[in-house]
Parts: sequence; C-alpha cells; structure tokens
Amino acid sequence: MADTRTVDVSLSTSGMDANGRVVRTPLVVDASGAPVAVAAPPSLESDLDGEHMLLNLGPQHPATHGVLRLVLELDGETVVRCIPHIGYLHCGFEKIGEYRQYNQIIPWTDREDYLNSIGNNVAFALGAERLFGIEITERCTVLRVIAAELSRIASHLVWVGTTCIDIGAFTPFLWAFQERENIYNLLEGWVGARLTTSATRVGGMAADLPDGWVDGLRAFLANFPKTVDEVDRMLTTNAIWVGRTIGLGVLTGAEATNYGLSGPLLRASGVAYDVRKDFPYLGYETYDFDIPVGTNGDVYDRFLVRMEELRQSVRILEQAIARLPDGPLNVDDARVILPPKGKATSEMESMIHHFKQVMEGPRPPLGEAYVAVESPKGEKGYYLVSDGTPKPVRFRIRPPSFVNLSAIPRMVEGHLLSDVIAINASIDIVMGEIDR
Amino acid sequence: MTAPDSVVSPVGETPSAPGPVSPTGVAHRGGPANPSAEAMRVRWPAAVRRVDVVWGETSVVIDPAMLVDIVRWLHDDPEQRYDYLVDVTAVEFRDAQVPLEIVWHLRSLPHRRFLRLKVALVPGSLLEVDSVWSIYRSADWLERECYDMFGIRFRGHPDLRRILMWEQYREGHPLRKDFPLRGRFSRSEQLRQALAANPEAKYSMDELSIADAYEDLPSEMRQRLRAGEATGE
Repeated sequence: MADTRTVDVSLSTSGMDANGRVVRTPLVVDASGAPVAVAAPPSLESDLDGEHMLLNLGPQHPATHGVLRLVLELDGETVVRCIPHIGYLHCGFEKIGEYRQYNQIIPWTDREDYLNSIGNNVAFALGAERLFGIEITERCTVLRVIAAELSRIASHLVWVGTTCIDIGAFTPFLWAFQERENIYNLLEGWVGARLTTSATRVGGMAADLPDGWVDGLRAFLANFPKTVDEVDRMLTTNAIWVGRTIGLGVLTGAEATNYGLSGPLLRASGVAYDVRKDFPYLGYETYDFDIPVGTNGDVYDRFLVRMEELRQSVRILEQAIARLPDGPLNVDDARVILPPKGKATSEMESMIHHFKQVMEGPRPPLGEAYVAVESPKGEKGYYLVSDGTPKPVRFRIRPPSFVNLSAIPRMVEGHLLSDVIAINASIDIVMGEIDR
Repeated sequence: MTAPDSVVSPVGETPSAPGPVSPTGVAHRGGPANPSAEAMRVRWPAAVRRVDVVWGETSVVIDPAMLVDIVRWLHDDPEQRYDYLVDVTAVEFRDAQVPLEIVWHLRSLPHRRFLRLKVALVPGSLLEVDSVWSIYRSADWLERECYDMFGIRFRGHPDLRRILMWEQYREGHPLRKDFPLRGRFSRSEQLRQALAANPEAKYSMDELSIADAYEDLPSEMRQRLRAGEATGE
C-alpha cells in the first residue's frame, strides 16, 4: 500500500459503537485522494474496557432529596451497580416511642414523613385507638379524612414540584408550592401549626375546625383543579418531560409486589392495591373515588398516577365537606380523654383524673395492633404492642419510603447516570421516614 | 423499673372472663380468625403452635424450623396467595422471661387478607432464624434493619449487614431492651466519635473491590484498609 497514505486519525471519528464508545477509522486515501475501504482496527479506546468508575452521589446532593447516599459503579455513563447507604438521619423514633405515653408519641410522628405530618398523626391515632378498643365519633372520622387527603395533596404537590426541578423544569414547581402554601394556611388556621401539626389525640383531635374554615377549604377546592390542569398541560405532553421519564425504572406488577412497593409506585406497575380500597379505614369504603393504575410501571406512569390522585383527593374532600356532621369531636371515654378544664379545676375527682391521665397516661389492655393507612408514599403502618403499661412495649413504624427505596438498585441498573436522578425522584422518598 | 411500668406477661394468657369489646363489636380477644389460620393448622399441624386473634387481627405462632416452608406455601398456594410481605420486625418484652418474638406481616392482595406470623425465641436461645429473602425481595432491607436493631441473624440473607447504624457501630443493637436510651457510651465519647467520622468517605469492602475505585481513595484510607480494617472511613 505504498501509494496510499493515512490521514490524521483524530479527524476520522466515524461515530460510536453500540456501547457508546467512540469508533475511529483511519481514513485511508489513495494517491488521487479517493478513500480506500479498509477494515476498522480494534477500538482505539480498548484499553478503557472494563475500567469502571465509582461515583459517590450524596449524601449532600440536592437531587437525593435529603441525605440519601448512592454509591454508583459506572461504565462510562451507564450504571452497572448501585449500592444505597441510608441512616444519616436516624433518630431512634422507635426506641423513643417505648419511653413515651401514647399521646406523647404523636409529636414524633410529625417528624417521620414531614411532608405528610397530619396524615401520620391520623395513622398513629388509629393504631392507638385499635389498641385501646375505641371507636371515634362520626365528626372526628370525617375531619380525619379531610386532614389525610389535604396532606396527600400537599405531599404530591411537593413531589411534582421537586421532580420538575430535578428534571429541569422550574415553573410547575412555583405553581405547586403556591397551592401547597394554601393548604398550610388552612392547616395553620385549624391546628395552629403548618408542618409539625400534632393534630390528633387518642380518641379525637386536638382542635375542632374554627368558624369559616370549611369555606376556606371550599375556595381552595374550587381553585386547585385549575392548577392541576395547568401542570398537566405543561408536562404531560411535553416532549422533554416525556423523553426524560418514559421507559425509566420499569418494574412489572409481579416484581413490584415482590419488592413490597406500595402507593403510586405499585399502582403505576398495574397493581391496583390501595389500602383505602382493600383494607378500608375511616369509612373510605363509603366515599366514591377511583384508584388510578398505570400500565408500564415507569417514571412517566408514576407521574400520571400521582396527578390523577390529586384529582381524586379533591373528589374525596368535596364529599367529606358535604357530609361533615355536627356532634362531639372526642369520644366519651374517661380512659383516654381529659375531663373538661372547668371541672378539673373545681371538682376533686376530675382533678385527680386529670392528674393521673397526664402524669401516668392511659393504659391500653394487653395486646397488639397493626393499622395501615394509605399515605402519599404508600402503605404506612403502625404496629403497637402493649404489655398493659402506659407506654408501648414496641412502637414500630412501617415506612413505605424505606421499602420503596430498597428497590432502587433494581430500577437504576442499566440506566444512565442522569436517569438515576429521575428514577430516584419518582420514588418520592422522605429520608425522615426512611431513617426514622 | 417503676411501679406504673410493672409488667404483665402476655404469653400463655387465656383470659377466662370476656375481655373488653369495642363499640362496633370487635372483641379484644377471640372472634373470627383469618381462614388461613385454620388452613395452616390442617396443612402444618405440627408447626402451628398457637393462633391468637387480637382486635380482629390473626397471629399465628409457628415453629421456627418450618418458617420458610410455611411462608413459601402461603405465598404459592392458590387458596392463600400471600404475595405481599408488609413488614419484618421483632418485639422484645420488658420482662426478660418472655420470649423475644419475630413478627412477619403478610398480605394477600388477591384475597384481601392480613396475617401475622410469629416466631418466639425463648430466652437464652440463639437469635437466629431463616431468611425469607428467597421468597420476598422486600425482606432484604427489612431483615437488615431487624438485624441492625435487634441483632437477629437471618440465615440465608445474601447481604446481612447494618443498615441504619454505620458498619463500625460498636455499641450494640439499639432496640434491645438492655440497651439504654442514650446509648452505651458516654455523651463525650459519642461526640468524639461523631466528630471524628467522615460520613461521606465510607465504603464497604464490596464497593472497594472495584479496583480502580481503590486507587482513587485517599492514601491514608488505603493504608488503613491494608492494615486490615473491614470498612473504610
């Protein structure tokens, strides 16, 4: 081949092979300058084969939604292996619960899944009430439904907003947080706190609704669907959004069930399991609402499921307002409810009762209870075991985010690094709940 | 232990007088059991130790040796189909004479049933039980947490190591009743350890087996690993 010459190799990149490696073919020309077909040599970057990189994502990374740390083994930009590390926010809630009376545990439940604090209060109170054998009043039941659904909307709004930020959209984040602000204003008017609500008590609620509160909720419900539609218009058919979410982190229904996933993750995979429908509590079986179910089990379907759940929560809230009964808020059960303040300061028996309730705490009978509710993240359960003393012998939180996150290696392996962010966002984790 | 916290043993108790009943008629003890409990008695007569119904929830105490067989049967049998493992946890009572219980919460999504399985480990016995990881992948982290918090070893778990506490944690297993609320070490020792730790530079040996990543480690860390430490910090 004396009459051919090789042109500068660096200029002759012809593309990439199936693994994303650059393929370079020396461009060989004959004396007249016409190209000569020669076999491509082995990849010039072959010495990079098998060289994997270890990437430490988190724990202080804004896209890991708290203090999640993922150690990723990367082949180029493809995730070969993902090893999650958790526990950076471990506070020992379950241990502390064994040293607290039942009503004293309620403030701790605020701080697990802090995007759904009032929903956790409701869930824990239901667990404690089953342990005591208490049936709450009609009005309290409906108020707890209102509380749980409002906090579901607030939590899903945070999910939509932060996931938009993760994937690169900013505007829906502002819309979502504006509506969330309205919900927190409503909660502040009701229980006096926005994030750490501590709203329930064993046998009732800390406070009844103030005057005019239901009108405020009606005004919110009239406006809120417009915001959902706006976010829907902005994202659902948006080419960038669809391109960044579709086909990512796919789990089949059988896999998702086996991994113990719950909530929107499980339903996006086509399993119509919702605690509100399958194991009803708080009278959810009497409300008319639908469970959205996805078909592909990818990040896009999880988004669609959560958007539809926002609309269904609005339906439940409208029905709850329409049926909100008058009547007592707290049960008439001297075991758990404090006597009225006027009596406690004027009658000896009531004062002793008040003192014993506060200092010793109510005593449930021997037994155990597992009560699960459908939190925005999935099945949130409280498993309480009593040995007859005022403090539980075991206070177990079944955290949905914890189990959902355990499937992340299965979901991200084989995807690109940038898709890890989208998949992680789609799980909707709250590290306060995972680490407890 | 103070007087209000005096312990009532829950084991072996069969109250003769009817216990409290909630207003909608759910009895504290007794009442209709989950049909799976009866099926288990028929299928595994030797392994079912006791069936309790507390507040309408059915608990079946089984023989630890048969655990995996029973769970696999519950998962596969078309009449049962417990395809969803909700939770794995343990309960240690304040009375040290009461056996420590390991608890599995199972759901059958097709049949809409909820079942609680229990294994009682008598005091003094080895805290070991078979893993159900081969049946339910959700057991992976739940069993790791149970090991971390209680020190119960799950035989057959592929990667049983601490999950919430860090791997070098030496104070024990926090949810055991003999573990003080504030931990075993003094506050100053805990603070010293916390300040000395670098939580971001911690890898397990599994991760460090990736050869090139090893070269990227700080030299000081490589020296300590060569000196035989199990995990880097």
